[in-house]
Amino acid sequence: MINKTVKDANEAVRDIPSGAFLMMGGFGLSGIPENCIAALLQRDIRDLTIVSNNAGVDDFGIGLLLQKRMVKKMISSYVGENAEFERQLLSGELEVDLIPQGTLAERVRAGGAGIPAFFTPAGVGTEVAEGKEIREFDGKLYLMERWLRSEFSLIKAWKGDTAGNLIFKGTARNFNPMMAAAGKITIAEVEELVPAGELDPNQIHTPGIYVQRIFEGKNYEKRIEQRTVRS
Amino acid sequence: MLTKQQIALRIAKEVKNGQYINLGIGIPTLVANYIPDDLEIVLQSENGLLGIGPFPTEEQIDPDLINAGKQTITMVKGSVLFNSAESFAMIRGGHVHLTILGAMEVSENGDIANWKIPGKMVKGMGGAMDLVASAENIIVAMQHCSKSGESKLLKSCSLPITGIRCVKKIVTDLAVLEVDPEGGFILKERAPGVSVEEIKSKTEGKLILNGEIPEMEF
Repeated sequence: MINKTVKDANEAVRDIPSGAFLMMGGFGLSGIPENCIAALLQRDIRDLTIVSNNAGVDDFGIGLLLQKRMVKKMISSYVGENAEFERQLLSGELEVDLIPQGTLAERVRAGGAGIPAFFTPAGVGTEVAEGKEIREFDGKLYLMERWLRSEFSLIKAWKGDTAGNLIFKGTARNFNPMMAAAGKITIAEVEELVPAGELDPNQIHTPGIYVQRIFEGKNYEKRIEQRTVRS
Repeated sequence: MLTKQQIALRIAKEVKNGQYINLGIGIPTLVANYIPDDLEIVLQSENGLLGIGPFPTEEQIDPDLINAGKQTITMVKGSVLFNSAESFAMIRGGHVHLTILGAMEVSENGDIANWKIPGKMVKGMGGAMDLVASAENIIVAMQHCSKSGESKLLKSCSLPITGIRCVKKIVTDLAVLEVDPEGGFILKERAPGVSVEEIKSKTEGKLILNGEIPEMEF
């Protein structure tokens, strides 16, 4: 079996250049590649374009990359909860493409699956449809959306093996599987890395064919955005 | 005038046995508290879960288990987890029966605006555009008027819209209304103690009155 293991996050992100087009898994702060983000912060690179459903919070997740002005453009569906993001956006330092969440997920899925475009009803009649091809199918209007593919996808799984096979936990799965497939180089960080053969093939969510580098991450903080308990 | 809890309570009466339901953030989330125990329904969370359970106890908190509002949650028995593409496939594919969401404005032809205030709030639409473009039944939960007293039920939306001709029913603090496919808000029920005249004066769009308008029952 092909061994995809790299030593750590620093080695995994060593060759990501300035201006790179990246994808990062996660919904809010759940399922984000914490170790890779920390390693990127050590690199002297900028002008990154990042596809990620959200943009972290001021002092965690992608918010840390924003603070260091490493990001040129975000492609996201919802970017609230981040004051620094808002400031950079309003001052024109940061570009942002806001995309309906299902369209974003499908554009990434399409990228990994070799489908260059597709039609969706989401956004018909809204400013999202401006400049896009509209077609009627069976009496309903749809707009055309293009695929998304990345130079590097940074994703986070619960368990993985040395062949790059991945298993996710809870709602931390979210965008990670599609981003794995849509990356030219996909870097997976996992909480537990095991030798190939130890994961049950029936239980694997993301096949290792999509993963080029894998390592066991350290010190996961897994910060909670909205800690809500039963009263 | 209804409280937010009463709006949620009234909307809960719209829920039918066997439905898969997506609840938006705010008042819609409260609806879950009022769904009768004898109904078997499943709540969808668009970040990848069918089967949202109650909020966790301190001991049950799991950072890998959140809802679309990023709140910690639990799962009910029989839950299933999936990725975001699968989640929106079930939404766009029409498998989610009922979507309940908040709005800033609704127009008399069923357009909804709830994602952007130019120059003020530009946080993004999240999953709202996919949901409103696809759900077969959309109920809006909102206040009848804005904080400054402006009607939110309009001839046409003034804010950037989220979806066109999609809202079927609206429950506000004053009334239950249905959107007429020909255009107009059909007044179905009044909040206790609220007159037809008051609702009329606070509805900018066309209000359609058919006979006696009953008070809501809870």
